[in-house]
Amino acid sequence: MTVWKYGDDINTDMLFPGKYTYTCSTPEEIKPHLLEDLDASFAENVKEGDIIFAGKNFGCGSSREQPVVGLKAVGIKAVIAKSFARIFYRAAINQGLLLIESAEAVNAHSKGDKVIIDADKGVIIVGDETFHFPQLPPEIIAIQQAGGLLPYVRKTLKKQK
Amino acid sequence: MGMTFAEKVLASYADEKETVPGQIVTVHPDHLLTHDNTAAIIQKIPDELKQYGIASSDLPVIVIDHVVPAASEKTALNHKNIREFVNKHDIKHFYDAGEGICHQVVMEKGLALPGKILLGSDSHTCSYGAVGAFSSGIDRTEAAALMLTGQTWLKVPQSIKIILENTLPTGVSAKDLILHIIGDISASGATYCSVEYHGSVDTLSVDDRFTIANMGVEMGSKNSVFFVDDITKRYFSSIGVKENAYSPVYADNGAKYDQKLNYDLSKVVPMIAKPHTVDNTTTAESVQDIDIQQCLIGTCTNGRLSDLEVAADIVNGKTVDANVRLLILPASRTILKDALNQGIIQTLVDAGAMILPPGCGPCLGAHQGVLSPGERCLSTANRNFKGRMGSKDAEIYLASPATVAASALTGHITDPREVMS
Ligand code: SF4
Repeated sequence: MTVWKYGDDINTDMLFPGKYTYTCSTPEEIKPHLLEDLDASFAENVKEGDIIFAGKNFGCGSSREQPVVGLKAVGIKAVIAKSFARIFYRAAINQGLLLIESAEAVNAHSKGDKVIIDADKGVIIVGDETFHFPQLPPEIIAIQQAGGLLPYVRKTLKKQK
Repeated sequence: MGMTFAEKVLASYADEKETVPGQIVTVHPDHLLTHDNTAAIIQKIPDELKQYGIASSDLPVIVIDHVVPAASEKTALNHKNIREFVNKHDIKHFYDAGEGICHQVVMEKGLALPGKILLGSDSHTCSYGAVGAFSSGIDRTEAAALMLTGQTWLKVPQSIKIILENTLPTGVSAKDLILHIIGDISASGATYCSVEYHGSVDTLSVDDRFTIANMGVEMGSKNSVFFVDDITKRYFSSIGVKENAYSPVYADNGAKYDQKLNYDLSKVVPMIAKPHTVDNTTTAESVQDIDIQQCLIGTCTNGRLSDLEVAADIVNGKTVDANVRLLILPASRTILKDALNQGIIQTLVDAGAMILPPGCGPCLGAHQGVLSPGERCLSTANRNFKGRMGSKDAEIYLASPATVAASALTGHITDPREVMS
């Protein structure tokens, strides 16, 4: 598992350049351009189970779900940041990508530390330190448990009709 | 207990007596805005659309604006798919390429009304707070779900009260003010929050308020709002919306704010956001020696008639510097027509400007004025992120229309007060 580490205000243009937004939408089209202008080595070397640590305001900028779709598709286990921009945060809930807001965990991490995440218990272990993050509200857990917003909506539509 | 604007609007849409920050509510927004990304949105739900149709033909507002006219076969096909979808589902509010940038069109057509909720799969959907609406950006998947169900969840935000005092000096505009505020509180200074503007807002036109609300997302806010006053009412009557067509919502006295901030407008000066974040601000005066190759006046932030007028006044009878390309991007067809009628376009073209069709143009780096490595652009847009207008090795500086026009004449960043006096 690799831990990728980035700073504050990582915006959606860095995560997935705007010039591709009307030509790439499937995971396969998105993957090669992930983080292209931020870290050229990412798309090539990222592996299933990797984790991203970042600073404040991760995912700020455009409403652009390709980075979320892409990060999920390459198998990023979680993004742990000091804070997230709100549209990105919603997009992650809708796609079922795990985001954890914990400035303490980000600050605690140094190179080589092992990182263990237990999403159900709301616990992250970084090196020898343990951090807790709050559970999401039930409305949102229901979306996650359905596997994302569209599966959730499909279920509710079926029930209604 | 008093409620903020956001608490009040969300309470009324959720059928609750009151709401508190952090509460999750289910709402049925009045409109759902989508643009060129409509093609990608409907691609997610073809079977469901066939089986269940859309929630209501009045809900979607679809504007083709991001890559217009189409720049490639792929974007042309997207547009075609959108037109077919619009016809099939009898979408009431559809505006094809050439009508303008979605946010400008929503405002001009009177679709954003005070106290209403509008959501859109574009981050600058927050613009409609300029006229007292509650509006905010969402993602494509959520837009797809809304298209089918007409409802979604929202978290009730905390609120920030910004109190303005005095008046902006000559040569200083709403763009300078919002850059000043974002520089002050940072790109994440209002994350998840609803931002209310109070105080001497009556010194700001609806265009000014639009620019400020538009850039709310650049400080992380969920929505921004200017409360309805005589200026808003006059604006609505100018676009043919009668006063009985809307009911304004105001924050209560005694509402609870997470933060209160004061800004003295008389102290604001022409501002610049340097690469590559919007909060990397400084005064125009302090970076005067920086040369530029492209100037862009337009976008949903500053492509309105008043913006083009300011630019035309500055370049009137003069010529754009030989090393600069000046691009003018009117935010809508209506604005373009008015600018033609008033001789503004003539003045700009005489000075050496290129006029682009109403739409997003080079703002998102997809076409029309893409930057090469090593180039620098001074733009009236809302974002200067690395790679946003093409090469990741290009630089974008943000400023007001006056500053961009003045700089186009000199070839380097210029405080507009120097050429105006
Ligand atoms: S003009 Fe720029 S910021 Fe505005 S909607 Fe278009 S791409 Fe987005």
